[in-house]
Amino acid sequence: MKNVYLDNNATTGVAPEVVEVMQPFFTELWGNPSSMHYFGGQVARHIEHAREQVASLIGADPSEIVFTSCGTESDNMAVRGALEAAGPHTRLITTRVEHAAVLGPARHYKEHEGEVVELGVDASGQLDPAELRRELAKGPAVVSIMWANNETGVVFPIEELAEITKQAGGVFHTDAVQAVGKLPIDLGKTPIDMLSLSGHKLHAPKGIGVLYVRKGTKLNPFLLGGHQESGRRGGTENVPYIVGLGKACELAGQHLDDEGPRVAALRDRLEEGLLKICPDTSVNGDRVNRLPNTSNISFQFIEGEGILYHMSDAGIAASSGSACTSGSLEPSHVIRAMGIPFTAAHGSIRFSLSRYNTEEEVDYVIETLPPIVTRLRELSPFV
Amino acid sequence: MWDYTDKVMDHFKNPRNVGVVEDPDGVGEVGSLACGDALKLTFKLDDDKRIADAKFQTFGCASAIASSSALTEMIKGMTIDEASEVTNQDIAEFLGGLPEQKMHCSVLGREALEVAIENYHTGKTSKKILEGKVICKCFGITEDEIEHVVRDNKLTTAEQVTNYCKAGGGCGGCVPEIEEIIERIQEELRAAAAPVPAKPRTILETIRLIEETMEREIRPMLQSDGGDIDLIDVDHDRVIIAFRGMCAQCNVAEFTMRDVVQAKLREFVSPDITVEEAKA
Repeated sequence: MKNVYLDNNATTGVAPEVVEVMQPFFTELWGNPSSMHYFGGQVARHIEHAREQVASLIGADPSEIVFTSCGTESDNMAVRGALEAAGPHTRLITTRVEHAAVLGPARHYKEHEGEVVELGVDASGQLDPAELRRELAKGPAVVSIMWANNETGVVFPIEELAEITKQAGGVFHTDAVQAVGKLPIDLGKTPIDMLSLSGHKLHAPKGIGVLYVRKGTKLNPFLLGGHQESGRRGGTENVPYIVGLGKACELAGQHLDDEGPRVAALRDRLEEGLLKICPDTSVNGDRVNRLPNTSNISFQFIEGEGILYHMSDAGIAASSGSACTSGSLEPSHVIRAMGIPFTAAHGSIRFSLSRYNTEEEVDYVIETLPPIVTRLRELSPFV
Repeated sequence: MWDYTDKVMDHFKNPRNVGVVEDPDGVGEVGSLACGDALKLTFKLDDDKRIADAKFQTFGCASAIASSSALTEMIKGMTIDEASEVTNQDIAEFLGGLPEQKMHCSVLGREALEVAIENYHTGKTSKKILEGKVICKCFGITEDEIEHVVRDNKLTTAEQVTNYCKAGGGCGGCVPEIEEIIERIQEELRAAAAPVPAKPRTILETIRLIEETMEREIRPMLQSDGGDIDLIDVDHDRVIIAFRGMCAQCNVAEFTMRDVVQAKLREFVSPDITVEEAKA
């Protein structure tokens, strides 16, 4: 059976080059980088090299890179740490389509008497920068807005939003977990204060993330303890994973220019192929300002879980914004925030590609999926 | 992925009885696109008034499709009375069980069957019989329906109610009301389970009960240690017994008397009983 992996916004395969550079840090170079002996000490410079590799991908200074355990930790550290450092009566401005890693801390802040504003999006998943400006005028705020949406791939005008926030004197954080490695990012040219990224979304392993913190940003540390990461995040460094993430960032930088257009072409081929064959099918979200690898398609009158199981049997891995697959009873909060009718929301499928996908794989999906849709529609009372 | 049984996956991948029965005797439509699952059940009776054919159309996840398919298989050959006894538990059991969060799929099946039978009896074609107050406004679930799943499945938490019929799974605003319904039904069940005050037993009934208790609760324990016990006499609340075998010479017989014999008879016969050993 073929295996076609189109769920790269959930997680990506670890690049072989990454595995290779990590290996020695399990077998030989397992010292503690804080140790006062050569055995540990020699490890420290590998961490610094990785820090440079990450910084280089996003146009930052290496001293502004803080290694964390995952994207969720980075988001928590940014949102909670910035609010804590800012003091009482600071508002948190975010959006209704954020990842749970930001919405969770936002809910926590609200439960502890903090004021939280969630900006809405339109039918294409885009937000209105003027609304952010209006909210910022109401008082001091920490702003956390994702660079690109994990479900639809919709890309927000993040440089503009950061600019608006800085003009109003706010602190700006962006969850760029889905954007890093897929879009060119140059933090030297935007006033973004903090940025989260996650290793396993760009072909490094799970269990490693980064929070970029611009010099001078007021941020209370989240993990208290050791002096590691210049006191910004206690805990012995996860050396092999840090080294792996460094390599993954270097690879992403090398591939960025040619990978984006190539993956986008594959994605468009998939999208157009499916839309042409399957009636009552539509794309969710802004198709222009979008990650090159993501496509979110609604198949009307059927439910996402059934589609996923049948595709899985055919060796195709994707995901769905349907209620059933999330374990909740309502379709994804992103799809609902866009006001997509329930008739389409329950049958939404997300395809997310990577540099490892091929045209042959895409054609296999175009050939395999339409009969599945037809089969499930034959069962549906609404067709 | 969900932990579906092989039978669920079989009915999902190879659904039985898909479609609409021609000229049906009963039609039941429940759920909606907005709710995330919907089922249309149709059946036809034969000359003996048994369900000769049943078909379904379902919008929903794998377990909703499997539950519908299972339902049509289950009710074929049943009389209307037999079919009206089918519970959501029966559907789930037929499939070898469903994940807790997917139990609402089995409830969807039972509801469709209920509506189809109602349609057979009355000719009413209402999509769903909405009786009583709507509690969950997000999914349009009535008080009656919540009571039904709580009773059928002996539910004790609002979270379970959400898993079984979706109520409370949207905005969550109705969770306190659901908890009140659960509490009320629990209270009813507790009242129903409370022992009915017994008529005073005759002396003969008391002796029989003592003998049964000794046979069932006491003798096997003593026999496993090589002993035995005989009932000698009963005088109101005084029970006279004699130890036999190993028990007759046992130096902890006194404890056996109090902690086993007397305790068991107090538990199963009357709390006022005292047990004495027959004088040799």
